[in-house]
Amino acid sequence: MNAQATASHIGTTAPASNLLLAVDGVTVDFDGFKALNGFSLTLDRGTLRVLIGPNGAGKSTLCDTIIGRVRATSGRVIFKGQDITHLPEHEIVRRGVCRKFQTPGVLPGLSVVDNLMIAARRDRRWWCSFQRGAAAEEGARVAEILETTGLADRGRVPAGTLAHGEKQWLEIGMVVATRADLLLLDEPTAGMGPAETSQTAALIRRLVGQHTVLVIDHDMSFLEQLDARVTVMHQGQFLKEGSVAAIRGDPDVAAVYLGRAKEDGHHG
Amino acid sequence: MDMSMRKDTPLSRPLAGITLGRPLTLSLAVVVLGALAPWLVSAYELNLLARFLAMALLAMGLVLVWGQGGVLSLGQGVFFGLGGYAIAMHMKLAALGDGELPDFMVWSGLDALPWWWVPFKSPAVALLGVVLVPGVLAALFSWAVFRRRVGGVYFALITQALALAFATLLISQQPSTGGFNGLTDFQTVMGMDLGTPGAARGLYWLTLALVVAVFLGLRVLMASRYGTLLRAIRDGENRIRFLGYDPTPFKVVAFTIGGALAGLAGALFTLHAGVVSPALVGVVPSIEMVIWVAVGGRNSLAGAIAGTLAVNLAKDGVSSAFPDLWLYALGLVFVLVVTLLPGGLAGLVTDAGGTGLGKRLQSLVVGETK
Ligand SMILES: Nc1ncnc2c1ncn2[C@@H]1O[C@H](COP(=O)(O)OP(=O)(O)OP(=O)(O)O)[C@@H](O)[C@H]1O
Ligand SMILES: [Mg+2]
Repeated sequence: MNAQATASHIGTTAPASNLLLAVDGVTVDFDGFKALNGFSLTLDRGTLRVLIGPNGAGKSTLCDTIIGRVRATSGRVIFKGQDITHLPEHEIVRRGVCRKFQTPGVLPGLSVVDNLMIAARRDRRWWCSFQRGAAAEEGARVAEILETTGLADRGRVPAGTLAHGEKQWLEIGMVVATRADLLLLDEPTAGMGPAETSQTAALIRRLVGQHTVLVIDHDMSFLEQLDARVTVMHQGQFLKEGSVAAIRGDPDVAAVYLGRAKEDGHHG
Repeated sequence: MDMSMRKDTPLSRPLAGITLGRPLTLSLAVVVLGALAPWLVSAYELNLLARFLAMALLAMGLVLVWGQGGVLSLGQGVFFGLGGYAIAMHMKLAALGDGELPDFMVWSGLDALPWWWVPFKSPAVALLGVVLVPGVLAALFSWAVFRRRVGGVYFALITQALALAFATLLISQQPSTGGFNGLTDFQTVMGMDLGTPGAARGLYWLTLALVVAVFLGLRVLMASRYGTLLRAIRDGENRIRFLGYDPTPFKVVAFTIGGALAGLAGALFTLHAGVVSPALVGVVPSIEMVIWVAVGGRNSLAGAIAGTLAVNLAKDGVSSAFPDLWLYALGLVFVLVVTLLPGGLAGLVTDAGGTGLGKRLQSLVVGETK
C-alpha cells in the first residue's frame, strides 16, 4: 500500500479523520438531463448508510460516478483524501471501492469459487496472473466467504446456474472478497423473498465496521432491519437525511414517493 | 472446509486435462502416428500434411484469441504473411553473392536493396523476425485498439481492413515485395538444401514438434489464472474491470501470442510450400483461418488442429476437382457449423454421442427453440 496523501483536498480537520468518502457537489449531465444535480454526500469509516429515492432519482448513477463508470460533469469524488474523480475504473477499485450492480454481475461461465478467487486476488496486475498458486490468505478468505454467504456446497457449480438469490449473495461475496473499504450495494435484495431479505440484512450488518457500506434499496422492511442512517435523494438532489423512523414519518419524503405513485397511477 | 477449498482452487489443477488417462493415450498415439508419417504416406501427401500442420499453429492461436478471449480477428493472414515474408526474404538473400539483388528487383530496375530487407540477411534476425515482427505488430495494434475499448464486430472489421491493406500494399510495392507473385524459388534454408527428401522430412518433424509444444504450452496457459481471467473478460469485461483488473493487457497478451503463432505458421508454411504471396495473406485466407477453427471448435486446441486438417484436406480435394466450387462449399460448411454445431468437431466429441447435434437438427426441423 502506498502511503496515503494526507493533505486533504476538502479541508478535513486532521489526518486521523474518520472521513472515507466525500461526494462533493457532483453533477452528471446526460445530454441536458441532470441525473445528478450538485449532489453531495459524506461517509465515515466503518459506517452503514442507506440511500433511497424514487425510480430515476439518480441512485445508481451516484454509484456509477463513484466507481468511474460515469464521469461527473462537475464536482469531485474524494476517497481517503484523494481525488478519484478522473481515475480509470480499475484504479478506483484498487484503491478500495467495490460495487455490486443492480442486475447481478457474476461471471456465469466460471465456477462460484473461481468468481470469488478472481475477486479475492490481491495483486491484479496482468503479469501476476502467470504466477502459479494463490496466497493462502486468499484461499482462506474465499472459504470464509463461501461459508458466510451460504454457498459452501455450491463452490464448483458454474455461477450462471445459481438461483437468483444465490447470484445476489455471490456478488455480495465477490465485492466483500476484494477487501474494499467502501462497498456499494445497489439493490442487493431485488428479487428476494422475505426470508432471504432478512438473511441479507444480517449479512450486511456483519460487514459494517470492517467495511463502510452504502446500500441502495426500496424495501421498507429491509431498511428497518438494517437500522442505519438513511439519505433520501430526489431528481438528482439531496432531499433528507435521518434515522429510518424519522424518514418514514417525514412529509417531504412521503410527498416525493406519493407524487411518484400518483404519476404511476395516471400512467397505469 | 479448508480441505475442500484446496481441491476447488482453480490453480491446483492446471494440468488436469493432460493427466487424464484416455485422452493422453490417444494424443500420444496420434503424435507417434504423425511422427511415422514420412514412411506411411507419399512425398506429396507428406508435404500437404506439413503445410496443414503449420496452419494448425495459427489455428491454435485463434483458440486463445477468439475462443478464450472472445476477440474475433479476421486479419490473421497479416501475421501469417509477415512470418512467411520474413523467412522468404532471408532465403532470397542467402542465395545471393555480395552486391547481388534478388532477380525480381533487378527486373524492376531497382539498383539497391531496400533498407528494410537488409537486416534479414542475418539468419538470427530472420528466425527471430518470424515471431517478433508479427508479435510486436500484433501487440502495438491490439493495444491501440483495445485501450480505446473497441471490440466485437468493430474490431473484426478493423482487422479485416488491415488484411486488405496488407495484401494491397504487397501487390502495389512490386519492386521490393515481388508483387502479386510474391517470393518463391528458394534453394536453401540455414545451409540445408530444400530440394532433398531429408529436408522435407526434417521440416515436417520440426513442424510436428512445434505443434505438440504449442499445444502443451497453450494448454498450460489456458489452465492458468491468466486463462481464467481471459475467459472471465470474454464473459463479462465490465465485471472484471469493476473487480479492479485492467482488461486491456490480458487481451493484448492473447492477441500477441496469436499473432506470433500466426507468424511462425506462415514461416513454416512458406518453407513447405516454397512460396509466399499476397493471395495467401489477404481477406479471403484470413476468413478461411477463422472457419478452420469454427469447424474444429473454437475452444478446443485439439479441435482446432482437427478442423484445420479437415477443412484443408477438403479444400485440396474439392479445389483440384472443381476449382470454382471451393468458396461456395466453404461458405456452406461455415453456415452449417454455426447453426448446427456451435462447438465444432470438438463439441461433437464432448457432446456424448452427438445428442446436442440431434437436438439442434430437431429444433431446426421442428422449429422449436431452446
Ligand atoms: N447513460 C444514461 N444516459 C441517459 N440517461 C441516463 C443514463 N443512465 C441513467 N439515466 C437516467 O438518469 C436517471 C437516473 O437513473 P438512475 O439509474 O441513477 O436511477 P435510480 O435512482 O437508480 O433508479 P432505480 O430506482 O429505478 O434504479 C434516470 O432518469 C435514467 O433514465
Ligand atoms: Mg438504480
